[in-house]
Amino acid sequence: MLKYVIRRLLIAIPVLLGVTIINFIIMKMAPGNPVDMLISPQIPAEALEAKRIELGLNAPAYVQFWNWFTHLLQGDLGYSMVTYEPVGKMIMSRMGPTLLLMGVSLIIGVAIAIPLGILSARRQYSKLDYAAVTGSFLGISIPNFFLGLGLIYVFSIWLKILPSSGMVTLGGNGGFVDILLHMIMPVIVLTANVAGRNIRYVRSSMLEVLEQDYLRTARAKGLKETLVINRHAVRNALIPIVTVLGMEIPILFGGAVVIEQIFSWPGIGQLTMSSIMSRDYSTIMGLNLMAAVIVIGANLLTDIVYALVDPRIKYNK
Amino acid sequence: MSNENHIRDNNGLQPLLTLENLKKYYPSDVKAVDGVSFQIYPGETLGLVGESGSGKSTIGKMIVGLEKPTDGRILFDGRDISGLSSKEMMNLRSELQIVFQDPYSSLNPRKRIADLLAEPLKVHRIVPAKDISGEVDRLLELVRLPRSSKNRYPHEFSGGQRQRIGIARALSLKPKLIICDEPVSALDVSIQAQILNLLKDLQKELNLTYLFIAHGLGAVKYVSDRIAVMHQGKIVEIGNKAEIFHDPKHPYTKALLDASPIADPRLRNKKKLTNVPG
Amino acid sequence: MINMNDLLKVDHLKTGFESDYGTIVSVDDVSFRMKSGETLAIVGESGSGKSVTALSMMRLLGTGSRIMGGQVLFEGKDLLKLNDQEMCDIRGNQMSMIFQEPMTSLNPVLTIGYQMCESIMIHLKQSKKEAWASAVEMLKKVGLPRPEAIMKEYPFALSGGMRQRVMIAMAMSCRPKVLIADEPTTALDVTVQAQIMKLMKELCEESGTAILLITHDLGVVAEMADRVLVMYAGQVVEEADVFTLFEDPKHPYTQGLLKSIPRLDSDDDAELESIPGAVPARYESIQGCRFYNRCPYATEKCHAEMPLLTVTGKDHFTRCWEAQRIEGGVEEVAYE
Repeated sequence: MLKYVIRRLLIAIPVLLGVTIINFIIMKMAPGNPVDMLISPQIPAEALEAKRIELGLNAPAYVQFWNWFTHLLQGDLGYSMVTYEPVGKMIMSRMGPTLLLMGVSLIIGVAIAIPLGILSARRQYSKLDYAAVTGSFLGISIPNFFLGLGLIYVFSIWLKILPSSGMVTLGGNGGFVDILLHMIMPVIVLTANVAGRNIRYVRSSMLEVLEQDYLRTARAKGLKETLVINRHAVRNALIPIVTVLGMEIPILFGGAVVIEQIFSWPGIGQLTMSSIMSRDYSTIMGLNLMAAVIVIGANLLTDIVYALVDPRIKYNK
Repeated sequence: MSNENHIRDNNGLQPLLTLENLKKYYPSDVKAVDGVSFQIYPGETLGLVGESGSGKSTIGKMIVGLEKPTDGRILFDGRDISGLSSKEMMNLRSELQIVFQDPYSSLNPRKRIADLLAEPLKVHRIVPAKDISGEVDRLLELVRLPRSSKNRYPHEFSGGQRQRIGIARALSLKPKLIICDEPVSALDVSIQAQILNLLKDLQKELNLTYLFIAHGLGAVKYVSDRIAVMHQGKIVEIGNKAEIFHDPKHPYTKALLDASPIADPRLRNKKKLTNVPG
Repeated sequence: MINMNDLLKVDHLKTGFESDYGTIVSVDDVSFRMKSGETLAIVGESGSGKSVTALSMMRLLGTGSRIMGGQVLFEGKDLLKLNDQEMCDIRGNQMSMIFQEPMTSLNPVLTIGYQMCESIMIHLKQSKKEAWASAVEMLKKVGLPRPEAIMKEYPFALSGGMRQRVMIAMAMSCRPKVLIADEPTTALDVTVQAQIMKLMKELCEESGTAILLITHDLGVVAEMADRVLVMYAGQVVEEADVFTLFEDPKHPYTQGLLKSIPRLDSDDDAELESIPGAVPARYESIQGCRFYNRCPYATEKCHAEMPLLTVTGKDHFTRCWEAQRIEGGVEEVAYE
């Protein structure tokens, strides 16, 4: 198992390198650069040229990449070309709010999806089943921004009971209740998504397990139906869900870009958006690397957890 | 085992199929087929019997080119066909056919029987286009299916009828050798006899040669002239039907015979059970 | 025909399932009795209703299927009238069941030990430790080597034959009075099949367990059964003790079946007689005999009127007009 993990980590290195190179090329191909974004009638052309040299943008592209890469090997993600803060520090400070939002949404979403999916499968074609399937369909198909804006309209503008943006009230003490109130709406949006997707997975997985011969064996042994379901069916039904949950993490990071924008949530998503808008090359590169690490990490984690929950899976190479 | 043992007197006939030290090893150290040699002469049926994992089906697949042998030779009509490319194999297809256990999975569910049977005729240009319909009728007649079957789809047939369609398809190219890979194992008892009788009748009518692969001794005994017993990738015994059943030499053959249930309650308890390793 | 020795009495059992065409009756008016310790085989082809009969008795039918009538009397109690808890107390305890597919009948993510102990703890009220010891003992009895190690294994580590031994150990662990075995050896190789059959016989003789053997294989019937029930298209067409059935079958279907199996015990290479045609796909609307379209003796009467299962010899019942005619018009109905 340890060997397997090490091998997977070694494979990850060329993947990460490739991802950063591709990202760098695409970024360079996009029109504009950090200095262009500063252009305005008040700033003389010489000042802009000086800025360009200062940021190293006059060097050939491969030299720019090489500089970034050699710094990376020393654990240095460089400085933002807009705020001059260290990129590593910026990402870390934005990570907390994003993880808070995503963690809570993931937990609540899964906590809704698993029992509801199981119940829905056990009572296939019942009213509850139809309700769950419809709800799940809505959760997947309503776009995040639409649901987000709808919630803001109802709760902030109309009912005026929830704050529409930020993580804490400006000038407030930033206490637990304050953060909680700010979280409610973004969490609802993300949870609707997570639950929507996973109800369907859990339901179909459970439906498949309910057909299996070993459940008939369990019943033939005289186990009560609750035991048959809880001990024999649920565990088998949740094994494939591990994979789905592993994919949830990158999806959530992607969704955070939109959600944090709508609710002005000071997280990774918002940082991503603003750094792209200002062509903040070093920050974009840092965020991209982080995203790639998260995807690879989530995949590896999924495979490890899979081996732990399914005795048939053994990694021996 | 010496070669003389399993070459019978064939009045100087050339074998239609010869396997020479055929091997199939898989990367995971599995010796599925481990040095198998035998001959099949024109017009005879060689029964190949063994339990699951004995390698009997792998042999069938190698002969028709669905699997590549690791080592050894397959001679068909005197020609080595073990190393043929898929294109060269295609030309041989018409002479070498296989009938599977479950014909349903190999019949395209969206095509009518007439089209399913016409397809190989067209591809291999067996008959001129204008005669195809007549040829399909002839094939259906051969396997005792009504002409009205032509316009129906595979799912409208019972298991036994589908196997007849599978056989008709194999026959359409006028093959010399047909590999029957567990052709009756998936069928009900009352239908098995129909198919076994059909295979025997067709052999007489069309002078066919069969390699009949099965795990059930009863069916193998009924259709075969000679029988080869396989165990763990090797042929442990090969001989005439009477020899195998009355005077089995190898302990595994004896164990297999002992273990096969006989449909006569008076004979129960008369057998001793030998434990077979593996 | 009331017999106090009856351990189990199935009476006019009728089971159907819902389909697009309405309710399809797959077990139609099946009746039989079983005594303690005897082996009764139900033999039939696919779709004959033999497995559904067994599942109905255990009340293990899948969704969509339901029992439409009849009784399953086990020691005088009608199992079909018990509540769920009472039925759970019987299953795996006094009546247990093993299935055709040993590869899929065990839960892949639970250890053999867990799956063995489960029912022992529930039914025999043993502690975990006691149950573990009993389970090891059972695995030893079914001839598995290294039972302690196997207890900790997951099913995927065992071969098909070993898994079926585990299934038998599990089914026999509470010393049931009836063991229902639904095609227990069909998925196994012949040499393994012979061992499993021998094992079932020995274990059940030792504990006095009656076996209800569901199979399509007349060879297996000849080896195992005391009495045989032949089913065709949802109905019992013949019932007799095993020797009578093989020597003097009365129903043309039974006769045809026996003639259509290739014999290992004779050198007679005569052509096998096969039963022409196939089982009718839908049979509940057939008014007359359901074997009519395949029967060599079919008459007008067979087409018009369904024969009843009647006495055609000592403890020998047949559902056939022709057999009744030959027996001289004995019109005594087998089960009332």
